[in-house]
This record gives sequence, C-alpha cells and structure tokens, in this order.
Amino acid sequence: MKLLEYQGKEVFHRYGIPVEKCHVLKSVSELKNMPDDLGYPVVVKAQVHVGGRGKAGGVKLAHNHEEMETYFKEIMGMTIKGEKVEIVCVTQAVNIEKEFYLSIVLDRENNGFTLMASGEGGMEIEQVAKESPEKILFLHINPLIGLLPYHAREVGFFLNIPKENISALSKIILKLYTLFRENDLTLAEINPLVITPKGDFYAIDSKMIIDDNAMIRHKDWEAYRTLSGDEKIEHEAKEKGLSYIKLDGNVGCIVNGAGLAMATMDLIKKYGGNPANFLDVGGSSRPQKMIDAIEIITRDKNVKSIFINIFGGITRCDDIAKGLLQAIKKINIELPIVIRLTGTNEKEGKALLEGTSLHTVSSMKEGAQLSIKLAKGV
Amino acid sequence: MAILVDENTKLLIQGITGKNASFHAKLMKQYGTKILAGVTPGKRGETIEDIPVFDTVFDAKANYPEINTTSIWVPPLFAKDAILEAIDANIKNIIVITERIPIHDMLYARKKAIEKGINVVGGNTPGIISPEKALVGMLPRKTFRKGHIGTVARSGAITYYLANTLNLAGYGESTSVGIGGDPILGMTFGDILKLFDEDPDTHAVIMAGEIGGVYEEMAKETIKNMKKPVLAFISGRYAPKGKRMGHAGAIVEGNLGTAQSKIDALREAGATILETFSEIPLRLKELNILP
Repeated sequence: MKLLEYQGKEVFHRYGIPVEKCHVLKSVSELKNMPDDLGYPVVVKAQVHVGGRGKAGGVKLAHNHEEMETYFKEIMGMTIKGEKVEIVCVTQAVNIEKEFYLSIVLDRENNGFTLMASGEGGMEIEQVAKESPEKILFLHINPLIGLLPYHAREVGFFLNIPKENISALSKIILKLYTLFRENDLTLAEINPLVITPKGDFYAIDSKMIIDDNAMIRHKDWEAYRTLSGDEKIEHEAKEKGLSYIKLDGNVGCIVNGAGLAMATMDLIKKYGGNPANFLDVGGSSRPQKMIDAIEIITRDKNVKSIFINIFGGITRCDDIAKGLLQAIKKINIELPIVIRLTGTNEKEGKALLEGTSLHTVSSMKEGAQLSIKLAKGV
Repeated sequence: MAILVDENTKLLIQGITGKNASFHAKLMKQYGTKILAGVTPGKRGETIEDIPVFDTVFDAKANYPEINTTSIWVPPLFAKDAILEAIDANIKNIIVITERIPIHDMLYARKKAIEKGINVVGGNTPGIISPEKALVGMLPRKTFRKGHIGTVARSGAITYYLANTLNLAGYGESTSVGIGGDPILGMTFGDILKLFDEDPDTHAVIMAGEIGGVYEEMAKETIKNMKKPVLAFISGRYAPKGKRMGHAGAIVEGNLGTAQSKIDALREAGATILETFSEIPLRLKELNILP
C-alpha cells in the first residue's frame, strides 16, 4: 500500500524526522476554519499517489493568504494523470540551502535492502540513475546486520555534508531505517531532504510503500487506505476471496491460479482480443465463489463474453461445473460463456455441462479464439 | 534420481494439526512420502494420520534424528519463526507452503538459510513432486507421471498444467518444483536449474516464470552454463504496470520485472522461449528430447 505525502510525513514526525508544519484539508469548505498560523510564503500541495504532480500544476508557492486560497481552490478537485485530488496540504515554506535525495528500498537482487543517497535532490532519481549514476551512493544493507552508524556516516561523507551537520544527518538516516523496519516498508523515500542556511534538516516530501503481506500486523495502517473507483471493486473482490483487476477489454476471464490467469490474458491478446479483467478464483470450488466471480465481472458493462479456464488440480472439475450451473441459475446471465475444464474429474465435469447453453472447449487456444469471436457478436 | 524430494526423504510437518496440513498429510502419506513426525506447539502426544506430534522441532528431531526435510504450513506471521527453528535444528530442506509471508521476515530467513547452506523452497509453493517417489505439499498427484523433464514454476496451476501437457504428449517429470508465488522466495529459478543440470534423470527443463521481481533474469548466468536445454515460458506479457496480478510477487514496478525484460534475458542466455504451452511437445522434439 502506498502512502500519500502527508501520511508519510506523519510517520516521519512520529519517529523524530523533522518535517515542516502543515494543515491537511479534504474540502474547500474546510479552508475557512484553517488556522492562519504558518506565516508566508506557504506551499499548497495536491496529495496524490501518482508522480509528477509539480509539473501538472499540483504544487504552488503562495506569498499571501489570497494567493493561497486561489491556488487551493485550483488544486482541490483537479485531475492529475487520471487521479482526482481529494486532499490538499498547506505547508510552511522553508529556506533551502541545498537539496538531497535519500531512500531505503527493498533489493531482491541483493537479498536485502539498499540505501540510496544523492546530492541531486528534488530530481527524479530514475533519471539521475540513468544519466549520471556516479552521483548516487548505493549502500547495500544486510538484513542480518542492519543499518548502523558507520553506514550513516558514509552517506554524510559522500554528500559532502559539513562536519558539524553529519551527526544530525546520521540521526535522520538511522531513524529512517528504524521506521522502515518497524513498519514493514518496501520503500521509504525523502526527496528532497533539505538543509537550511541555519543547518537544520527537513523532509520536504515523502514516499512510502508498506508490504501488503505485513498489513495484518499493522492494523492501524488501514486508516490510511484511500481507494479510487476501480480499487473499491478490487478491494470488495478481495474480501470475497477473489483476486480481481479491472482492465479495459471485452472478454471477461475467470481462471484458477494467478499464473494461469495471466497466461490466459496473454493468449486472448495474442489472438487479437482484449481481456476485460484479471480474475483468480483461487483453489476452492465453492459454488458461491463462482457466483461472486460472475457477478463482479459482469458489473463491467464492456464485458461481452466470458472465458472460464479451469485446471482442476486440487479443485475438482465436477465441483466447478456444479457451481457454475448454480451460478447461472441464480444470476440469470445472458452473456455467452466459454468454458474449458481439464484435470481432476474432467469427464464428470464435462458431462454435467452437456446440453446446457455453455460452450465447452478442450484447449486454451480454442477457448480464447471462441470467446473473442463471441465478444464481437459474430 | 530426482531433485530435492525422493524415496530418501524423511519428512517433518510443521503446523500439522491445521486443517490444510492434516488433510494433505494424509494425501502425501498415501502417495508414499515417508512422514516421520509433525510439530504443533502445545499438541505433544497427539497423532494425525498415525503421525506423532511434538511441541518443538528439536523434540521431533531428538526422537527421529533421520528427519532431513520439513514442510511448513503455519500462518504467515509465524513462518519466520518456524523457518528459523528448522534452520537451527539443521534440517537440510525446508519447503514453505505458507503464503503471503511478510517480506522483511522472509528476507531475514532466506539470508540465514543461505548462510547455513540450507535449501528453502517457497513461500507460497504448492509443493514438490518426484513422481512415484515422493510428494511434499499439495500438488494433485494424479496429474504427474514419472519421466525425464524437470519443471520449475512460480504458480501452482501452471505447474499442474505443464505436467498435464507433458503427459498428454507421452512425456513425464523427473521432479516438478513449485518455487512459490510470494515476493521473496528461498530458492530461485537459477538454484533449481543447477540441481536439474546435475540430475542424471532429467533430460531437459521447463521453467515458467511471470512478471514481477528479478528471479527470472537472475537465472541467466546459470542457463548459459547448463549442459541441458531449457525451455522458458513467461506469463503476464500484457499485464498493466502497477497492478498486482494475484501473486504477491506479480507486479511490474517502474521498468523492473516486465515480461519483456525476462524474455530478452532468457533468450540471450540460450533458453527456448515458449509462446504457448501447446507448443511444448514440438519444441522438445526439435531439441531431440524424446519421451
């Protein structure tokens, strides 16, 4: 789960990493009650998950109250790369002497974590990595050892931080690692981390991703979840034990197993069709799952045909067939359904479907081709 | 011969009194896997399918010193503890069925296993089967037939499907390994490929990867140095960026983990890239690998 800037900064604040004072607002009407206590100038910032909000006009420097209100009203409700702005922050502006980049990230290739630091703060780090990788320090962190003061000092030396400020920077780095570990993050990024002419550090922006597998031991994080339109349905599906992702095609897919589901989508694409979704029903053959799956994918009105691709391993094909017949009876579906059943109890499953309106096929290729054809209405 | 599990496997089941574990204990036993003991803290003295249950791995090992493999079925938040307990008890092969293990936990356990020279497979593996020898996990036994093709896949359904495709064409499997769908895995493609290359019973290997992570690309150097042919299939070629496709590991982040980067790396290493499963028999014949 990704956090918004202000959410990440709340975490920084809790761990003692300095952030500017700010007010978080969720509507224009909250503006009149906002305390005017930040001084001017202030920065008005859209809170979105997508990158590049500055270029899109989602970050503005306001020199007085009037400007702040104007920018606030502009930014609240605007759309940045398809994401609607529903939360806006008004933050103190700090004097910047120099900007840095600092992050800790999961590194699967090196089997641990990597700390990245650069003097090119405020830039997109991917771009720096491409154009001048020598400007980035990559420090591998062994999870059995952890991030220790010697790592933090090395960052200070690399960034040419004045000696008198190295200890303050080290503290920030060690705190960043502590919060990264304690909260099961896969990314904790400060970009930029700034130093003021007085020598104080501030985290001006934050990016954090928490490992979804670890959400069960961080229940309090649920309060930070913000779901957009499609994500709401995906979340609902998850609660029913289905793994569903909406796409923009017209062939609905129901498959058991994530790998096979992806392979099915690939095949539909290969033969010139467009999958409407990814859907993994998992290993169970409970009829209710099939009912839920059909109900969810047919909410998308672009769906013109359904391809059900089941390999019965643990799941038995006759159970799937029974569930499917129950589902069709219950939700009275009119769309053409193509089904491929193979594996355990295949014969029994197919026998149950004989004489029904379902199109049974014996290969994945045949199923993909037929469902594409039926989606076109020919 | 086979890899990782065979007739010499002496199995422990951690979390044996759980619903899934006890159900599959029965199926594994029926298949002929030698299961010596189970562990569930607080359940010492009970039996599951006539398998004695102990409180700790050390206790089980003290009673059955010949245990050389364990399978882990505990809930995700207990997996790190269970894996480390098995590593500490020096069990050489650890097969982790538990899915959705927190990333930080698995990184730590994986690193410890490597340090101690212990094989960890999973998390989120459907299991490993060496047909007619042993089954560890929950793979549907009827789907697999003895033969000379090694398979290694991240996904369960793909593992069954590969075997089914091979069997219909008259081939069979030396061992089928599910390496798991979790974001952090113990053994990765390269590790398993090395074992297959050394196994006299295996004549060719099929690997089935998917988007997300770097484990497919990391197999590049191994494939370059292999004596045996490798056929590779990658799922998720049309998956959109930033969307997690079911498996916790299957997500394309930035430019990392795309199907194309995996296909390019594997092709360059000399693997035969499969577009569909149905072409497998044909490609095997082209490589002079007969049933």
